[in-house]
Amino acid sequence: MAITLKVNGKEQSYAGDPDMPLLWYLRDEAGLPGTKFGCGKALCGACTVHLDGTAVRSCQTPMSAAAGFSVTTIEGLSDHGDHPVQRAWQEVGVPQCGYCQPGQIMSAVALLASTPKPTDADIDSAMSGNICRCGTYDRIRKAIKRAAGVAA
Amino acid sequence: MNAAAKMSDLVKVGPVLSRRMMLGAGSGLVLALSLPARAADAPPKYGRDAQEQGWRDDPRIFVALAPDGTVTITCHRAEMGQGIRSSLAMVIADELGADWARVRLTQADGDEERYGNQNTDGSRSMRHWLLPMRRCGAAMRMMLEQAAAAQLGVPAAELSSGGHKVSHAKSGRSVDYGALATAAAKLAVPPRDLVKLKDDSALGMVGQEGIRSLDFAAMTTGTAQYGIDATMPGMVFAAVARPPVLGSKVVSFDASAAKAVAGVIDVIELPAPVTPPMFQPLGGVAVIARNSWAAMKARDALKIEWSASPHDSYDSVTYRARSLELARQPGEVHRSRGDTTGVLAKSAKRISAEYSAPHIAHATMEPPAAVVKCDGTSCEAIACVQAPGGTRDMLGAMLKLDKSKVTVHQTLLGGGFGRKSKPDFVAEAALLSRSLNGTPVKIVWSREDDIRHGYYHTTSVQRLEANLDSGVPTAWLHRIVSPSIVSIFADGITREQGWELEMGPINTPFAIPNLQVETGEAIAHARIGWFRSVYNIPHAFAIQSFAAELAHAAGQDQKDYLLRLIGPDRVIDPRTLGDTNGSEDPDLYPIDTKRLKGVVEAAAAGIGWGRKKKGWGYGIACHRSFLAYTAVAFAVSVDKGKLTVHRADIAIDCGAQVNLDRIRAQMEGAVMMGLSLALTGEISFKKGAVEQGSFDDYPVLRIDGAPRELAVHLVGQNLKAPPSGVGEPGLPPVAPALCNAIFAATGKRIRDLPIRDQLSKA
Repeated sequence: MAITLKVNGKEQSYAGDPDMPLLWYLRDEAGLPGTKFGCGKALCGACTVHLDGTAVRSCQTPMSAAAGFSVTTIEGLSDHGDHPVQRAWQEVGVPQCGYCQPGQIMSAVALLASTPKPTDADIDSAMSGNICRCGTYDRIRKAIKRAAGVAA
Repeated sequence: MNAAAKMSDLVKVGPVLSRRMMLGAGSGLVLALSLPARAADAPPKYGRDAQEQGWRDDPRIFVALAPDGTVTITCHRAEMGQGIRSSLAMVIADELGADWARVRLTQADGDEERYGNQNTDGSRSMRHWLLPMRRCGAAMRMMLEQAAAAQLGVPAAELSSGGHKVSHAKSGRSVDYGALATAAAKLAVPPRDLVKLKDDSALGMVGQEGIRSLDFAAMTTGTAQYGIDATMPGMVFAAVARPPVLGSKVVSFDASAAKAVAGVIDVIELPAPVTPPMFQPLGGVAVIARNSWAAMKARDALKIEWSASPHDSYDSVTYRARSLELARQPGEVHRSRGDTTGVLAKSAKRISAEYSAPHIAHATMEPPAAVVKCDGTSCEAIACVQAPGGTRDMLGAMLKLDKSKVTVHQTLLGGGFGRKSKPDFVAEAALLSRSLNGTPVKIVWSREDDIRHGYYHTTSVQRLEANLDSGVPTAWLHRIVSPSIVSIFADGITREQGWELEMGPINTPFAIPNLQVETGEAIAHARIGWFRSVYNIPHAFAIQSFAAELAHAAGQDQKDYLLRLIGPDRVIDPRTLGDTNGSEDPDLYPIDTKRLKGVVEAAAAGIGWGRKKKGWGYGIACHRSFLAYTAVAFAVSVDKGKLTVHRADIAIDCGAQVNLDRIRAQMEGAVMMGLSLALTGEISFKKGAVEQGSFDDYPVLRIDGAPRELAVHLVGQNLKAPPSGVGEPGLPPVAPALCNAIFAATGKRIRDLPIRDQLSKA
């Protein structure tokens, strides 16, 4: 029984192992490598995507659980890389190696959708599931505030 | 070859050339040391001249100008977050007078004959390439001016260039660079001695604010390509079960359950390595499957019997206890000036302290990953490696292929920190692809693979002793028990080596007449590898913590005392300390105490040193490493055992400052990584195996632990001084500055890293 889901607006069908995490489906099957593997245990947030707008760790979301949902990945966040959060990330110069940043951005977008004017505590709470080994945390805070239009 | 006989060479060259110690041909292994050979009376080579394959400054290698005016710059250094791709491109574009918006980047393959040295470590990229890249841009600008002179029929001397065009002021005419591309390409590159660099004051990007790195767009849209994203047509996916203990081998295995997993294609045993480990794969059993998930799932279903290993009894707790015993006994004297033990013996007031630091793992967010195609006659790899040239050499040697048959494409690195200097993971994929007769194999290490099978930063136990009869010490004894990185390249290395002791112990510029550095026996039981900042991390922790302990014992302000220890302004020739200065010219890069004091003052001013805020403690530390001077200051408080880092200030004097935004980013990141290591960074071993596996039991700093405020201070003479290092020097002062601040806040002195729950204990 094939699983159907929508990925970045397109209907997709999947007939493989229903236990396969959405992460590996996106990376190995759907040709969308922007979503990153970091730990496979929902500890680092590198694999964060949106399921019907909610941020989830795709490494812990089996395909069976993604069935019927609309998935948004970093590739589908905006047509021209100009989502306000992406713009803020570029303007503040957040990325160092850049590897964790798709996950960081997806978490930040979800935060701002639910909390348009986040406080420092809101940011720390929403973003603490996303690890950045390069240590770009100070700029992540600044970029989120910039995207939200609140004073840094 | 007698490995021991080569020790003096190893001591001199350090990891700079260690990647050349590769897998050899034949049955055993060859230590293929490519040491700079020179006659006894030849002048010593330093810096970029001392690097394997040296440097190039021919614009035809690095810059391509298209008729539409697009400038494509080839980066031959690994991009792992330090921003080097944009920084080197800025240098060329600035000299060239190119419009930054019309500059594109491409990444070089591993080819050191063409590009010069590509081994990206040691914070050397800008230090060694600023001048050659400036010459590249300048030479190309001169070629464009020459082409424009012919086109406009005016003397080249009347032309000026900039803004992506060559202009003739007299006639008001100008030509876009694109329109000159074809003609300029036919011209000879001007000889080096005729290439005229811009005056520093005419540079518009180098050392200026507001230049945005060119990789940000790809990195924020998911289109940036890392090793883990690489593909080849028809590739299959591998996951490897590696021996839990170094030196253990596969005795037998049962693959029936693994083979039953849907999508599994094959199960292949990898050969066990021989000692020393070098960059060899660890051996084990590989599962080949149609996707990553199936490979990982089936790998976990393998049943493997492992052999005993000489390292089976490695236990971090007992090893540390044994190291501490050794640190309390006289060790092997590595360097001595004056009469340290004699003076100490006669001193009325002696202070000593013991410090320890555990193994740490790099835990790059992108784990080791590669795709390799090898059919036995040629090999093509796409990989996130710091040294694509060395990787190519190693693959050629291991597969017995001529270098011309080996191609290494380099991707972006999702973090490097020294881990991806070691291409063992690329070699795994190459061996597997060869076993599959050339089917491309993609390998992605799981986080557990990465944490449990890494090249670990060394452990250390250090004991420091000094006299305080006159308020500042006149004798300083530093004893270190710490396994050496050289142990992965040669058997029989049983203590920290000379080049490692140059990272602080023998060259910390304290004005102390009697100094002795000793080492104790420390046998390695794991693969010891360099981690960003290398031995500077534990050494600076001990030295800068001890300096603060002396200040406290002397009843003096910590910062003022640190400046007193450094002493008067002076320029020290590293040769007088037995310091090879990381193979950099000692005349160009002497140890300048004024610069060290300058960063201390800058960090102190930033944090508001001397301010008293109730419950807060202030701490500071400094260090010179990779020719740069850094200082870090913290303001912290501890409430019921919970640490809050209110503010951090980090100051660096790195000489020439090219990409200001990326220097600041590296300093910010160094504070975060330093905090992470100090607070929770520990890899421990029990029964020879790593006890941790992922970010739950090897926690790293998260955003809620980041300082509430963070400021970077760029200090110094900028382009008047030669460039030093940026990627690594920020890290060493972080842990001691933090622990000094914690002491100021609580009176509790942290001597054993990581801090973990020590603050909640009485």
